Amino acid sequence: MSLRIVVTVKYVPDATGDRHFADDLTVDRDDVDGLLSELDEYAVEQALQIAEDADDAEVTVLTVGPEDAKDALRKALSMGADKAIHVEDDDLHGTDAIGTSLVLAKAIEKAGFDLVISGMASTDGTMGVVPALVAERLGVPQVTLLSEVSVEDGTVKGRRDGDAASEQLEAQLPALVSVTDQSGEARYPSFKGIMAAKKKPVESWDLSDLDIEAEEVGLEGAFTKVETADARPARTAGTIVKDEGEGGKQLAEFLAGQKFI
Amino acid sequence: MAEVLVYVDHVDGAVRKPTLELLTLARRLGEPVAVALGNGAADTAATLAEHGAVKVLTHDASEYADYLVVPKVDALQAAHEAVSPAAVLVPSSAEGKEIAARLALRIGAGVITDAVDLEAGDEGPVATQSVFAASFTTKSRVIKGTPVITVKPNSAAVEAAPAAGAVEALDVTFSDKATGTKVTGRTPRESTGRPELTEAAIVVSGGRGVNGSENFAIIEALADQLGAAVGASRAAVDAGWYPHTNQVGQTGKSVSPQLYIANGISGAIQHRAGMQTSKTIVAVNKDAEAPIFELVDYGVVGDLFDVVPQLTDEIKTRKG
Ligand SMILES: Cc1cc2nc3c(=O)[nH]c(=O)nc-3n(C[C@H](O)[C@H](O)[C@H](O)COP(=O)(O)OP(=O)(O)OC[C@H]3O[C@@H](n4cnc5c(N)ncnc54)[C@H](O)[C@@H]3O)c2cc1C
Ligand SMILES: Cc1cc2nc3c(=O)[nH]c(=O)nc-3n(C[C@H](O)[C@H](O)[C@H](O)COP(=O)(O)OP(=O)(O)OC[C@H]3O[C@@H](n4cnc5c(N)ncnc54)[C@H](O)[C@@H]3O)c2cc1C
Repeated sequence: MSLRIVVTVKYVPDATGDRHFADDLTVDRDDVDGLLSELDEYAVEQALQIAEDADDAEVTVLTVGPEDAKDALRKALSMGADKAIHVEDDDLHGTDAIGTSLVLAKAIEKAGFDLVISGMASTDGTMGVVPALVAERLGVPQVTLLSEVSVEDGTVKGRRDGDAASEQLEAQLPALVSVTDQSGEARYPSFKGIMAAKKKPVESWDLSDLDIEAEEVGLEGAFTKVETADARPARTAGTIVKDEGEGGKQLAEFLAGQKFI
Repeated sequence: MAEVLVYVDHVDGAVRKPTLELLTLARRLGEPVAVALGNGAADTAATLAEHGAVKVLTHDASEYADYLVVPKVDALQAAHEAVSPAAVLVPSSAEGKEIAARLALRIGAGVITDAVDLEAGDEGPVATQSVFAASFTTKSRVIKGTPVITVKPNSAAVEAAPAAGAVEALDVTFSDKATGTKVTGRTPRESTGRPELTEAAIVVSGGRGVNGSENFAIIEALADQLGAAVGASRAAVDAGWYPHTNQVGQTGKSVSPQLYIANGISGAIQHRAGMQTSKTIVAVNKDAEAPIFELVDYGVVGDLFDVVPQLTDEIKTRKG
């Protein structure tokens, strides 16, 4: 029996670029290059490894995002995913976490799945809640924030490293997993992979394909509202000294002046 | 006055500091009603009362320890039904965010995560977030349903405010999904005796410049003189020099101490994301061009193997 894996991947503005907000207080996507959220590369990697260990498996990558989000799908396909789904609709502009989870859950159901794999957090919103929300909507176990994951005989097992303890987790498929950047380096796309990706199918769905009304998503359907966004004031230039034998003592003097010692 | 639900993070009845900060913030919005679950839940009551909880709803069952997240969502949902609060506040831990999000979905509400401040507004609570690696500050509101907001550690100074803290048993019926993800084993983390990274007033961190796990003793010695927690960059963690639980940054902990001392850390955007809101920032780096120097209040351009031990000795001398 084939194992159907769906990997959710987000297209985000490059964190090393000058990220800022547009006039409507959504993320300005025009001025900064976008890319596959780096933390989702770990999700793709684990999906590919699980698929390689299974007798028969298919890896579908899924994104909800604007036209350019296809780039994120191409990257995942060139790493080795089999096919891609792009949910794109003008009415999605400004969708919050609750709305995003609705679209993802509907798309995952339509695609058909045994296992969903997500990243631990996006590198823009960085909420780290979408996987839990999607699991709640799908009504399947959430096995999240894993630094180690494996699937065998319809059971997913993993290790979740928390502050207080490291936990071993187990759930029956169908289930949703999210993985951390401790789960294992993501592979680089090979030249062959990049060429092959060009021929792989990318399906495009809009809201009507998912039976979602425009007012359930986007800025209009949002459950949250950003009222102001202000650039953090630049820090006033600090004192910088060169160590010429007394650097540690000078630093101690500064710390004492600030009452830390 | 409106009631505000506060989810209690505790270990066998010992309440963790971020929860006390939440109680302080909750009082700006209404009367805090605390929800404590699992082993030792009732033992939290005295501390919670001291910090303003008018009521403490408690429930213990083996499900909280044996299954992941969902039993706690079931309980918080029951508390939400029992109280009809004006807001629900949850500490911004990885688990706290997942609990908050699932609760919000169930009660038809929006969720805001990682607030660093909270005020009462005319149209409900206003949350301040520090976003895009702390380069922007936003103010947001939940505009549908009971606002569910998670708050980062160190977002408020803990203030005592004695209240009744009447303990009431919470009635919880677990959903059939509660037992979906089984916890089959648990290895508690060993305590180092140092302060908790996210709660510490001072954090001393080491990066690739520390160049080896044995050299982290230099960082630890400075931390111990200052009563500080030890942090590490991802480069140091990936090299296996220090545990991942001590990583500061986007995929590690975000810290906001009074003082942050970065040693041998360049200041990559993902590291900055986790420490940029520290009140005072100090760096020791041998490269005068390192981006970390853009953030500092005081920087020493020099070799950390010279500067850090000298600093540690000097503090020792000054303390007599
Ligand atoms: C700075 C900032 C702050 C925000 N704060 C809030 C807030 O407080 N409340 C709120 O409701 N919304 C908020 N949003 C909007 C929210 O980020 C988006 O709605 C987003 O799509 C979901 O949250 P996330 O990006 O934080 O994802 P996370 O929950 O961090 O993402 C985890 C994983 O979910 C999957 N995933 C997430 N989004 C997609 C997608 N579009 N397509 C495919 N997979 C996806 C990926 O696998 C990802 O690794 C914020 C956005 C920004 C930029
Ligand atoms: C998705 C993603 C998430 C990430 N999350 C994190 C995160 O959570 N935390 C994090 O830290 N990084 C994170 N990173 C990695 C980040 O991009 C940097 O690679 C990392 O922070 C670099 O660590 P570093 O500063 O210790 O090392 P380097 O950048 O190599 O810097 C070492 C510094 O030490 C100095 N140095 C060397 N020797 C000495 C000496 N003897 N004395 C004084 N100074 C010396 C050098 O001049 C240099 O500036 C993430 C990256 C990605 C893509």
